[in-house]
Amino acid sequence: MRSPPIPEMATQEVQLSETLAHLKTESDTLKGKLEEERAKLHDVELHQVAEKVEGLGQFVMKTRRTLKGHGNKVLCMDWCKDKRRIVSSSQDGKVIVWDAFTTNKEHAVTMPCTWVMACAYAPSGCAVACGGLDNKCSVYPLSLDKNENLAAKKKSVAMHTNYLSACSFTNSDMQILTSSGDGTCALWDVESGQLLQSFHGHAADVLCLDLAPSETGNTFVSGGCDKKANVWDMRSGQCIQSFETHESDINSVRYYPSGDAFASGSDDATCRLYDLRADREVAIYSKESIIFGVSSVDFSLSGRLLFGGYNDYTINVWDVLKGTRVSILFGHENRVSTLRVSPDGTAFCTGSWDHTLRTWA
Amino acid sequence: MTINTLAKGGWHRDQMACFRKMEKVIVAMQDPDMGMKMRNQRLLITVIPHAMTGRDVINWLMQKYNMCEEEALHLGGMLVRYGYIYPLKEPRSLVLRADESPYRFQTPYFWTSTRWPATELDYAIYLAKKNIRKQGELMEYEKERYSVLHKRINHTWDFVVMQAREQLRASKQRRKADRIVLECQEQAYWLINRPPVSLTLSTFRIYFIAHFVCVCVCVCTFCLCLQIEFCRRALGRNRVKSSICLEGFVKYSEQYLSHDPIMQGCLPSNPWISDDTAHWTMNTEVRVPIPSRLRVERWSFSFMELLNDAMGRREFMTYLEKEFSAENLCFWQACEDIRHGENSRIVEKVEEVYKNFLAPGAARWVNIDSKTMDKTLKGIQHPHRFVMDDAQMHIYFLMKKDSFPRYLKSDLYKNMLAKAIVPQEVKKSVFPFMRRQRHSSPSPVPTLAQPAPVSDARAEKPERVDLPSSIVCVGHHSNHRKGSSAFTEFKARTSLST
Repeated sequence: MRSPPIPEMATQEVQLSETLAHLKTESDTLKGKLEEERAKLHDVELHQVAEKVEGLGQFVMKTRRTLKGHGNKVLCMDWCKDKRRIVSSSQDGKVIVWDAFTTNKEHAVTMPCTWVMACAYAPSGCAVACGGLDNKCSVYPLSLDKNENLAAKKKSVAMHTNYLSACSFTNSDMQILTSSGDGTCALWDVESGQLLQSFHGHAADVLCLDLAPSETGNTFVSGGCDKKANVWDMRSGQCIQSFETHESDINSVRYYPSGDAFASGSDDATCRLYDLRADREVAIYSKESIIFGVSSVDFSLSGRLLFGGYNDYTINVWDVLKGTRVSILFGHENRVSTLRVSPDGTAFCTGSWDHTLRTWA
Repeated sequence: MTINTLAKGGWHRDQMACFRKMEKVIVAMQDPDMGMKMRNQRLLITVIPHAMTGRDVINWLMQKYNMCEEEALHLGGMLVRYGYIYPLKEPRSLVLRADESPYRFQTPYFWTSTRWPATELDYAIYLAKKNIRKQGELMEYEKERYSVLHKRINHTWDFVVMQAREQLRASKQRRKADRIVLECQEQAYWLINRPPVSLTLSTFRIYFIAHFVCVCVCVCTFCLCLQIEFCRRALGRNRVKSSICLEGFVKYSEQYLSHDPIMQGCLPSNPWISDDTAHWTMNTEVRVPIPSRLRVERWSFSFMELLNDAMGRREFMTYLEKEFSAENLCFWQACEDIRHGENSRIVEKVEEVYKNFLAPGAARWVNIDSKTMDKTLKGIQHPHRFVMDDAQMHIYFLMKKDSFPRYLKSDLYKNMLAKAIVPQEVKKSVFPFMRRQRHSSPSPVPTLAQPAPVSDARAEKPERVDLPSSIVCVGHHSNHRKGSSAFTEFKARTSLST
């Protein structure tokens, strides 16, 4: 008996799903091969190499300054190159520039949107960039003239199709790197607002980024909700390395001071260290008793310590080499949303949903 | 947690992972062999079985996870806050007390993760039960919510009351002790999980739902293709043995250990701890007559360290001038300027660089190999941001391999190192009323009146910065620990225009 003719649509659907399945198998096979290749050169664990290193003694760090003034959750902060000023942004749309040493507020900007999730200080110290739910990144030149309305001089630089999750100036005030909930990162020229390069490859929102401190200064790393951390070439827009070992969203990525590795913090309550030359994950910083996700990570100046701000209001300090936890710091009354070590490594600053920022030393 | 997780209902996904981990802890706590020892607790006249004290909980956590009391208190507090353990004596106070206060484990039926989401309907039934059982037993906020719910889901109110009556009737048939336990459990559950009740659906939620753009579903094939291409490229990549890479970390940490203020302190003192900015003044970018020893030592760690320090770079330039190869560093700086500068000035800058450094017979001609030179000259025809990259790289490595090592051996560097100061350690003052004034510093933002440069950091006199008087300048305010001055400062600050 002759079978009835199959409608064209169904054939196309079948073909599409076959292609998809075929692609998926090919992708999985290649991924498996890649893992094998990576494992071949893995001859020793980090803590084994670190056995000969002296252990760390009693660790005492306290809150030295508390910055109060935000009316709602603090979402992001960044240090100025002068090692004492910071910029912070919050859910209520306010961006404040503080002298963290004296705890004075020096400038304040009210953004037209709420949830300002990203802010960055320009290398010259003369401008700040911020953005969030408005899908844009705007640059505000700072002015000491009391009569000047900072918002008037605002320059709209980046345009994404979803919220801005992170932004960072490159080596100068003239270029900004942004990451967005639309799954892409982008490099912009500040003066003209022109898109210089875009970076595609994440399969979901990109939550964080960090620029490499390398000599040639051409790469950066980004982390996203697809559990991947990608290393990109800023010139070509290509993804040159990718790591997928986390079990949940990656909230924060930060380069090791030498630029040969980077750390990531995730909602799966672990921080991980990835070596770029070995092309693999080399350490996991976790404990059974640490249950809540990491929102933000940063290294101390020598790279020996890794600070993590957690969603259970604490800060855990890890010995990067030995993989052990050195200390746990209490103080915030709500989740720690952002953490950055100062440019000269004398202190680190945390911002929290409890509306305050704290400097620890 | 991010906006994204909130939008996709992923709060659930994100929180579930945490719930599972907490449940693991709870299950371990109730393990018959290694778990906690339970006892009967007296609550007024009734005896509650299977209860424990706050002190028991903390001791168990300390022992099991090898943690200090503060951390055990914190972790235990989380377990109470999320409803896995509830207090018997003061049910509304969801904190863990390190004393004889009685607590009980919440039954898995009432775990947030089991019953997620808590619906308004269930909450209404619970409030109705409380209302019927003992008139006026509802708290103020419960009364409010009861009336709001009554308006909102008025159409199902008969059902609500009927259910409440049924459940009360069923509970009357239980033994008194069981009934009290169930009431405690239910109360604890609702204290934590009561849904936010507002008359209008929060605009916040609507906003996020509208913004929910699922990128991955639409571009699945695209992502897979990218993934495949990436894997193919990655397979051909050169990798380094782990032992070599990891050894690198150990060496780096060792080298920079004395430069890490958090690890080994800094001289004369850490400004954040001692309130003394001497450390910063001694290490400012360029305007320091004599640099610190650590700083000069750091220049020898790598060529990048030398260039990253403005003073180091200046010193290196002086050295190169002596060697008649200063054009290399100038060229490199000019290339950096192109790479990181404004788009609009690229063409003009490339012209300048060509004229000064690359053109035949140029005043400061740089010595690049012919291949790179040809490539660069060709690229200059159509100048773009990265046109100088190859040439810049060539000169950079030339300096790094040749000039830099010779600089480190030169008298110029050695003299600098010998002259460099090692500041005396200044310990933090023990007496609080001798705390130093916190001096403000000139803002990096340019002003009309240039502020006077800082001369002697150890002077106790307050710094005067020439800013318009309306700007808050706290160089001369004493440390604001005293109540009144803190208040006036706050007032002054809020008058700053936004």
